[in-house]
Amino acid sequence: MALKEQFEIPGGLKKWSYALMGVGALTLILGIVFLHPFSGGHGEAHGAEAYGATKFWMALMHNSIFWLLVVASSFFFICATTLAQGGWPLAFRRVPEAISGGMNVLGPVALVVLLAYVWISDDHHIYHWKDASHLDEKLKAKSGFLNPTFYTVLSITAVGLWMWFRNWFRKNSLAEDLAGKGDTSFYWKSLAIAAAFLVTYGLTVLSTLPWMWLMSIDAHWYSTMYSWYTFASSWVAGISLMMLFVVYLKNLGYLEFVNDEHIHDIGKFMFAFSIFWTYLWFSQFMLIWYSNQPEETEYFIDRVGIPGQPGPFKAIFILNLLINFLAPLLILMKRGSKRNYTIVTLMAVVIIFGHWLDFYQMVTPGPLQELGQESNSISHFLYSLGIGAGFLGLVIFLTAKYLAKAPLLAKNHPLVKESVIHHT
Amino acid sequence: MSVKKFVVGCFDDEKTLFPAVKNTRKAGYKIHDVYTPFPIHGLDHAMGLRDTSLHTAGFIYGITGTTTALTFMSWVFTKDWPLNIGGKPNLPLPAFIPIVFELTVLCAAVGMVLTFCYLCQLAPFVRKDHFHLRATDDLFVMPIEITDKTNAEEVKAFFKSAGAVEVFEKSAETGWWLGRYDSTKKAFEKEEEIVTA
Repeated sequence: MALKEQFEIPGGLKKWSYALMGVGALTLILGIVFLHPFSGGHGEAHGAEAYGATKFWMALMHNSIFWLLVVASSFFFICATTLAQGGWPLAFRRVPEAISGGMNVLGPVALVVLLAYVWISDDHHIYHWKDASHLDEKLKAKSGFLNPTFYTVLSITAVGLWMWFRNWFRKNSLAEDLAGKGDTSFYWKSLAIAAAFLVTYGLTVLSTLPWMWLMSIDAHWYSTMYSWYTFASSWVAGISLMMLFVVYLKNLGYLEFVNDEHIHDIGKFMFAFSIFWTYLWFSQFMLIWYSNQPEETEYFIDRVGIPGQPGPFKAIFILNLLINFLAPLLILMKRGSKRNYTIVTLMAVVIIFGHWLDFYQMVTPGPLQELGQESNSISHFLYSLGIGAGFLGLVIFLTAKYLAKAPLLAKNHPLVKESVIHHT
Repeated sequence: MSVKKFVVGCFDDEKTLFPAVKNTRKAGYKIHDVYTPFPIHGLDHAMGLRDTSLHTAGFIYGITGTTTALTFMSWVFTKDWPLNIGGKPNLPLPAFIPIVFELTVLCAAVGMVLTFCYLCQLAPFVRKDHFHLRATDDLFVMPIEITDKTNAEEVKAFFKSAGAVEVFEKSAETGWWLGRYDSTKKAFEKEEEIVTA
């Protein structure tokens, strides 16, 4: 059989991505028509319309941030393995390269959503700090960090830099394909790009950006672990997304050099980083639970409630632990299950959904607490799910587009052989 | 413990070792083991060894640690000696988790190390026969057991044709024993016959 190097987008995939994007667009239009995103929310006007606007922006922010961080984390995967001079992912490296291409669209989308909320929308239930007239003493103390201008500058800089590094890396990788066989200058350049990106990523997603984008939703509350925890969530979801695409391409007969060992290694990443996520989740929870300081526990009271008075998010909170920790731990523990295409596919879907749910319970409870308990309805969950379907369709569409643009094997990379003969 | 007779083939390169291992299995000889100076990827597969069960043992040790920690702490803090610590409930599960985790890891790690040592027949004060001392330096050593059905001369000829740099016959103790290396002298009583190819 000839080497199937060039990906051609199958009609089925196209149809699915269009259908999902259609669902998302429909949800978005329904939201614009019925939830009045640009009106209400200010001052005394706490009507149903104000709640609508909050829900609309929450669903958009939750999904745009989640999917942006997920596609960005697949570029983080490339850079981490490149800098460690790891050869094994070379057989499928074009897949995370293509997934991270989604940043070129999802980045601007997320920026438009976030900045539109901060600058245009009248609603202030999500970011209390954005309205200077509503600041209490604690928020005033934080206003050097939490203010619309700094928010805008940091968001645009961070997302812009990620996209720039990603496109530079990709350009370098494609140029390597055309160059001569023994030319390692592209390889050394890719190491430098990877190192620079990792520093950027470390200073944004791994430390400051989730504080600003997500933690400031509960503006009075703070946790220094929060960014790591957010990163762990997006990172394990990103690995799972990569696994889905690798298995999909493998089933279509592409990625000839990917064998059980590569699948096993991606499976190990899914398993290990599920536990890493749990470790951070638990460290954050236990310290707050143990010290029992009111200004810290409020975050968890909004979610699980207090004994005898369960909070509205208790079910999601527990489900989150079950499918993000217990399921990967027990199901992916065995060697055989990390090599079984059906099981890893199933677990990848479960993990992506689980971490989408994790982001849902990061974003939603704070504002909904303000709106009153009755506002936590199935309808908001479904609305968020609809928007999420749109983003998923977009991710599939963009990944397929970038996959089809280049050969599936970076054949001139000096470490390709290491990946081809990879075994345990 | 038993002394068995072996024909030992020594190779100085992985590239000749791998085909030799493959051909030995094809010829139906029983490979006792292959001793190498460093771990070689894929050698276990070439020798046809089954996957180790060490991880299953590790899981069982880990579960033992988990249940020990959980049951002991629950019993102490609910039945034996309940204490009010910072107004927390008597069964504070989150506070138990770090200890449960530590004990799980401790039991799994120590148990697996001991099991590994047992499987490799490694322990302090315990001795084992070497087939060739240079197996710890730069030689790949493959002994084949000589039974009633195997012809030693035939095996020697086979090794030489497979590219061995050194072939000899040796009686060796296969098990481990407590004591000093002096006692190995018994195993070496039969004269060693060294053929250099």
